Amino acid sequence: MAELTLPQNSKVQKGKEYPLEDDCENKKGFSIYRWSPDNDENPRTDYYEIDLSKCGPMVLDAIIKIKNEIDPTLTFRRSCREGICGSCAMNIDGVNTLACTKSIDDVKGDIKISPLPHQPVIKDLVPDLTNFYEQHKSVQPWLKTKSDQPEKEWYQSKEDREKVDGMYECIMCACCSTSCPSYWWNPDKYLGPAALLQANRWIKDSRDEYKEERLDELDDAFKVYSCRTIMNCAKSCPKGLSPAKAIADIKKELATRK
Amino acid sequence: MANKNKIDTIERPMSPHLQVYKISFTMIMSMMHRISGFILYLGSFLFLTWYLSIFFGQDAYNYVNQLFSLSIVKLALFLFTWIFFHHLFGGIRHFIWDVGLGFDLNSIEWLARLTILFSFISASLLWIL
Repeated sequence: MAELTLPQNSKVQKGKEYPLEDDCENKKGFSIYRWSPDNDENPRTDYYEIDLSKCGPMVLDAIIKIKNEIDPTLTFRRSCREGICGSCAMNIDGVNTLACTKSIDDVKGDIKISPLPHQPVIKDLVPDLTNFYEQHKSVQPWLKTKSDQPEKEWYQSKEDREKVDGMYECIMCACCSTSCPSYWWNPDKYLGPAALLQANRWIKDSRDEYKEERLDELDDAFKVYSCRTIMNCAKSCPKGLSPAKAIADIKKELATRK
Repeated sequence: MANKNKIDTIERPMSPHLQVYKISFTMIMSMMHRISGFILYLGSFLFLTWYLSIFFGQDAYNYVNQLFSLSIVKLALFLFTWIFFHHLFGGIRHFIWDVGLGFDLNSIEWLARLTILFSFISASLLWIL
């Protein structure tokens, strides 16, 4: 049964406030989820104010500014700052996305930031994605072949290559899986949108020779079929992909194969 | 070496989910589809009562008919037909997805809107006619 509420140790309390002292025109407030393993306190929401005229345009710029200038204990993952590494995935204004490609101006009023939903928290905005990566590993996301190694590379026609468009672009940021209520309630049984999109990427690959075995592996009451087409995955994907479509493709393959 | 940050040595909080996630139209429609399915199951007992009353004779049948003509029960029956059509069109929406169509972000919104629209129209037509 789905646990709709948070466990006692996860309830979020009101935290500290860091208001801006000088008056400025472009003031913006950020309410950010905080939790530290160093004491026994519950998570809390800290409130920071910054002057946008002295800050870059993206949410990532803002939280880096907060970390540099207001509160160095604020913890989050980030790397490429251009939407290709997937490190800064977090829940911003109620939707999972990448902080580096989310414009501050897109959000009216204060910006609420919390870690990717329904995950164990390591610290502040850093979730523990072990389960997510294990599931990715379980779909064996690499080329598997039965025939002998060719002398050079495995050839693929332009048309066959196009069949993995809309899937190879996935950066494994976990925005989709952690946006999905089915995944929240069954993280151990349901593979989740990201792992399934990756599974479909290899099912559709013309060079892969283990399509049937891959489908056998997925043919299970929960792994694929827990998808209820709620569509949060497609709506949250920062790369504009549709894991929902990939899951429907797998369901179709399963239903139509002999 | 004791490492406090080792994943399973301390009890970690769970990050907020329903508490923070923005509820979208398609999310509500998914919930509605499941709830309507459950109500259809419950509502089938109303029809069962109606059929069974025939079995118990004219008096029982008249009594049930009278009960069903109360305005509050009529309202409930109207809502029930709406839920029936909601689930029906929701099912068609799922069929469209099952053949692999209607997955772009515009289509999912439109399919949801059409489901609502058609369910209201159908339920109203059924009661007017």
